[in-house]
Amino acid sequence: MGREVWITGYGLLSPLGDNPAAWWDALAAPSLWRSKVDAETYAPFPIHPIRDYRLEQQVPKHGDQRAMGPLMQYGAYAAGLALDMAGIKGNQELLQQTHLVAASPGGERDWDLDRQILAKLDQVDDRGAFLNQQLSDGLRPTLFLAQLPNLFAGNISIIHGVAGSSRTFMGEEAAGVDAVRVALRRCAAGQGDIFLVGAAYSAMRPDLHQQYHAGGIMLTGQWQPLWHRPEAGLILGSSGAFVVIEARERAERRGAKPRARLVAIESERCARAPGAAAKVAEGELARLMPQIKAGALAVLSGASGRGSITAEEREFLAGVAGDTGLPVRGTAAALGHAMESAFLQNLVLAVAALERGRLFPPLDPAEPLEAEYTGKLGQVLVTSWGHLKGEGMGLVEAIDG
Amino acid sequence: MAKSAGKPVAVTGLGMVTSLGIGIAENWRRLTAGHSGIHRITRFPIDGLRTTIAGSVDFMDDAPITIPSHSLVMADRAIAEALGQAGMLGEDFPGELFLAAPPVEHDWGSRHYLSARLDCGEKSPYSPGRPVAPPAPELEPYYEDFLNGTLAERMAEKYRVRGSPITLTTACASGATTIQLGVEAIRRGDSPAAIAIGTDGSINEETLIRFSLLSALSSKNEDPTKASRPFSKNRDGFVMAEGAAALVLEDPEHAKARGAVILGYVCGIGEAADTFHRTRSHPNGQAIIRSMQGAIDDAGLQPGDVGYINAHGTGTPENDKMEYFGIVNVFGAEGAKKVAVSSNKSMIGHSLTAAGAVEAAFTVLSLKHGLLPPTINYEMADPAIPLDVVPNTARKQQVKYALSNSFGFGGQNVSLVISAP
Repeated sequence: MGREVWITGYGLLSPLGDNPAAWWDALAAPSLWRSKVDAETYAPFPIHPIRDYRLEQQVPKHGDQRAMGPLMQYGAYAAGLALDMAGIKGNQELLQQTHLVAASPGGERDWDLDRQILAKLDQVDDRGAFLNQQLSDGLRPTLFLAQLPNLFAGNISIIHGVAGSSRTFMGEEAAGVDAVRVALRRCAAGQGDIFLVGAAYSAMRPDLHQQYHAGGIMLTGQWQPLWHRPEAGLILGSSGAFVVIEARERAERRGAKPRARLVAIESERCARAPGAAAKVAEGELARLMPQIKAGALAVLSGASGRGSITAEEREFLAGVAGDTGLPVRGTAAALGHAMESAFLQNLVLAVAALERGRLFPPLDPAEPLEAEYTGKLGQVLVTSWGHLKGEGMGLVEAIDG
Repeated sequence: MAKSAGKPVAVTGLGMVTSLGIGIAENWRRLTAGHSGIHRITRFPIDGLRTTIAGSVDFMDDAPITIPSHSLVMADRAIAEALGQAGMLGEDFPGELFLAAPPVEHDWGSRHYLSARLDCGEKSPYSPGRPVAPPAPELEPYYEDFLNGTLAERMAEKYRVRGSPITLTTACASGATTIQLGVEAIRRGDSPAAIAIGTDGSINEETLIRFSLLSALSSKNEDPTKASRPFSKNRDGFVMAEGAAALVLEDPEHAKARGAVILGYVCGIGEAADTFHRTRSHPNGQAIIRSMQGAIDDAGLQPGDVGYINAHGTGTPENDKMEYFGIVNVFGAEGAKKVAVSSNKSMIGHSLTAAGAVEAAFTVLSLKHGLLPPTINYEMADPAIPLDVVPNTARKQQVKYALSNSFGFGGQNVSLVISAP
């Protein structure tokens, strides 16, 4: 087990805002969060975009702002919020010791240039020469730096001065879970005291829409309730989500306020035959079970909305809930599916819920799994069922729980 | 021993593909003979390009080449070789997979095809509001093969590793970061072994042009084998390359208990993030210095114990200058003159995501064989970098401890201390 690990800061930039009060207001009002869905801009694919945030609050320098596309901006913003809350921001001594673990996809492309090239590629005689010329003349040198996933972490180090180690994980949902798992393991084992862990995702990615659509998993048309979507059930959501996790002894020494206790993170892979993911989840839950307290538990699910796997998770959770009425919330309904950031996002919401001691209302009142729960909240189980691969589960609990 | 010294972790298997060839034996033979793997690019048309050379790996019999497919083919060979040497092939592997891979995007061939297949009507591809054709089963590879997690997933399945496989990138330090993660996992007792691998098959017209636009690449196109000139006065950039290297890392007790041959040890790891600039190190070199010093501290050593540095040595004016500056700071002016420093990249180019793993593997071999690979193309010494760069020919020299440096764009720096078996 090793050392006790606390979460001492969190930050989430989401389609529902950048602070707990805004999230709670929105999550409690279906008409509000439904109004945030944008079915027009990237039609036929609806998305949950992030709008109206003031980047300069966390990224004051124009040069830094320009060096990033939306993806990295979301990350840098959320990381700043988390460092602020943890009382680390601007503290050079602590920042030198802070280790960064990030989960990130690649960044944005130059869509105008891509469109321009694709429109002409069929009409030119020498495609190779044409491509070389178009790319050489058209690409902005700095765009590359807004694309490389490791620059996601690089930018956070530069903007916020995080100067310990820096690791960037890739690989969709599992990357987010494993980022937290590895940071927790390192922290518990004394391989570092303070970790800034997070992820981001931009849903405004026509290249990814096209890629996922090729796999037959993108929902087209209008928003639908999460738990019963067709196989093509993904609605992507933009997100930047970070937590500061810290060895209890280190946090106490510097007088940092604990927000929650990070108890355990499990992750596994399986060959995703029907039922295989449920079997893995069963094993993960069994390993967590000794630490789960009866009552006062809720589940924040990372269900993606992809029909088959979301149905499998729904059945699994229904089996776990049994007669106990364990309340589950499929947050992708209100926030969209945020891939690498999905798990981190739910982790932040879990900690915020534990701080309030309350869970937000069902997002899908018609689904029995999303039971009403008004009691005191003591622990939250956060799940990740990757849309293709990657099963993960985390347990956080209230400090006084 | 410094009180912070970490436990050494054994290396019991190595596997490799570089522009010099397939397999450890062939690579070691050619590297120590001072051969260059750099050549004219034939994978795509080079009309109008500022740089027309690379250390691409063109002999894997895979076509068409995409970033994920090519990276996978090389990773597969390297892992199989490493597990074979470790005597662990064909059984459940008792540990995790840490895999460094280039970020995946559709290449232009895939993008062009997919856009043509999916985008109907008059509207241009990627335009909002366009009609979209329904997906078809034959398009599925354009989805799954191009997910960032797929490569590690497939390797994890094939080689039966434990747990959730990790795909990572820390730019040019990535390969070294995989080793670091593996060492940390073994040290904290998560599992008795780990596979650390870096693979990079990302040379295409767009990636080449992107690095070229950053003014990072050598444009000495005339004689490709002479282009990569780390530490020389007339160096003008790095040469993009491909490759993969895998290391089987193992708890020494576990390795001994099963009678495995130990090839060397990773006995120190150091890492520091630079907070200065996206492509340049802070002029005070602090992050590089902390990285090297951290690795030496972690190994419980003094700088004077280190006899060889496998340099990051990219051959860009900036890197080599800063690396020298860091070495002088850590080793002192006199110490910096004594320690042998060479750059594998003078021969194999810069294999980016794979480089840290490739060079760590070469460092293990250097210590095991008592033979330091040269820095080739060293014809014009840079008076600002007075190092013993093992110029042009390999040198027989027994060394107990070596440092392997990897410094990445975006300020991610990793150093490893490797020791002889």
